[in-house]
Amino acid sequence: MEKSITRAVSRRLNDLFTYAGATSLLLIKTVFWAFTPPFKIRQILLQMQKVGVESLPIVFLTSFFTGMVLALQSAYQMQRISAQIYIASLVALSMTRELGPVLTGLVVAGRVGASITAELGTMKVTEQIDALETLAANPIKYLVVPRFMALLIMLPLLTLYADCIGIFGGYIIGVFKLHLSPSIYMNMTINPLQLKDVFTGLFKSAIFAAIIVIIGCYEGFRTEGGAEGVGRSTTVSVVTAFILIIAADCLFTALFYFIGR
Amino acid sequence: MIEVINLNKSFKDNKVLNNLNLTIESGITSVIIGRSGCGKSVLLKHIIGILKPNSGQVIIDGQDVTKLLPKELNKLRLNFGMVFQGAALFDSMTIYENVGFNLIEHTDMDSQTIAKRVKEALALVGLSGIENLRPAELSGGMRKRVGLARAICVRPKIILYDEPTTGVDPIMADAVNDLIKNLHDKLQVTSIVVTHDMVSAYKVGSKISMLYEGRIIETGTPEQIKNTHNPVVKQFVTGAAEGPITAQNKIVNEV
Ligand SMILES: Nc1ncnc2c1ncn2[C@@H]1O[C@H](COP(=O)(O)OP(=O)(O)O)[C@@H](O)[C@H]1O
Ligand SMILES: [Mg+2]
Repeated sequence: MEKSITRAVSRRLNDLFTYAGATSLLLIKTVFWAFTPPFKIRQILLQMQKVGVESLPIVFLTSFFTGMVLALQSAYQMQRISAQIYIASLVALSMTRELGPVLTGLVVAGRVGASITAELGTMKVTEQIDALETLAANPIKYLVVPRFMALLIMLPLLTLYADCIGIFGGYIIGVFKLHLSPSIYMNMTINPLQLKDVFTGLFKSAIFAAIIVIIGCYEGFRTEGGAEGVGRSTTVSVVTAFILIIAADCLFTALFYFIGR
Repeated sequence: MIEVINLNKSFKDNKVLNNLNLTIESGITSVIIGRSGCGKSVLLKHIIGILKPNSGQVIIDGQDVTKLLPKELNKLRLNFGMVFQGAALFDSMTIYENVGFNLIEHTDMDSQTIAKRVKEALALVGLSGIENLRPAELSGGMRKRVGLARAICVRPKIILYDEPTTGVDPIMADAVNDLIKNLHDKLQVTSIVVTHDMVSAYKVGSKISMLYEGRIIETGTPEQIKNTHNPVVKQFVTGAAEGPITAQNKIVNEV
């Protein structure tokens, strides 16, 4: 009994380390190939369009509503102490430091991470990845690097966009529902914001981008077993990316907290 | 000449190749027959170096493919063309980009020369004017032929065919067989054809080898294979339901 538990635990740990090792290796290879010419600029631009520009609508929706909800929920508290005007600062800080990067990361993991795994997984089960190799083309260079570079550029930009839209959502509530003065609201948004707040958010979003692409590609590459397998690895990819994004967010928030002191 | 020596390959507990030995002569068409799932594709992928064995060697012109560095392997692969079972065309690219992939990526030929080569390769497989279409717009038989065109566009010395006639209608299958023969006669290539289609095997092969339980159990000319005394080979080539291959499964099922 005790032995079988030990064995189960050790197998789980073994799987975990294997996974961590394999994904880290993929990350290292990706960075290596990213700096090895020839650079696939056209591919990167194409992917930037696919992962970035096409994500604008959904990022708009989520951050706009989050900004509004944030303003409304805090109004409920702040009204009691007649401090409604701090709603502006609260929305600005929580969007740039936390909600902008994390929400955008999660939305993009659901949208882009899933599509990366589905596409690469389909390529795997239809032997297109093998075909690439027989044509002397490295699958990491051809498939992973363009997606990696594209998301590394686009996710921080999307996050910046989400920050602005979230603040705008808060502004709509603040000015039109809570009847705060627009100029004071803007002042209370800009003043407490430090460049540091925005940058730590953007830094986190770059980490999230790496997580989404590496997990997405790794799960795609190891897909087995036809259409069913593609569905399975797509689910695994999204769930894993979600967990890692939340965990990384927690880790880096704590890190910045201690560095900032 | 391609020599496969004591090749072993397992996926987890599934032993697919078991001390496999095989010699492929240059300039002729060798056929490898065997049941579905017996490891034919796995063997081909070892020859071209996509899969690494647990042990054993694959020697091509004196070089051990299993020990080559990625760079050397890529150089060697420019001598190979591989035709995949499902064609494995790149969905995201046009037919032109598919067929010309190697030339576009690995040479500094100008686009006119590449266009000419692509046109030639497509003509060899009996297709023309489809350069700007995408794989999704083609029928199964056409995709298969485009896959063949992609393989020959590099002017390879060795062509590997993975079940070229599986999944196409009998008339198209015969056309594909003719193509394989013609290409062989025109380009003087070494061809390895993996199949379970005996009509095709007899038609294109100069040598036929049978893969069974992870090893090659017999090699011979089509004539020798037809008149074989090995009961396993005999059951396979005549397509009988009763025989040593299925008897073993029955025992497994009953126990
Ligand atoms: N990449 C792989 N991972 C795990 N098992 C594999 C892999 N490729 C093939 N196999 C297994 O090896 C065996 C032989 O497969 P294959 O060579 O595709 O058969 P076939 O002779 O039909 O081409 C099958 O049992 C298959 O499940
Ligand atoms: Mg096969």
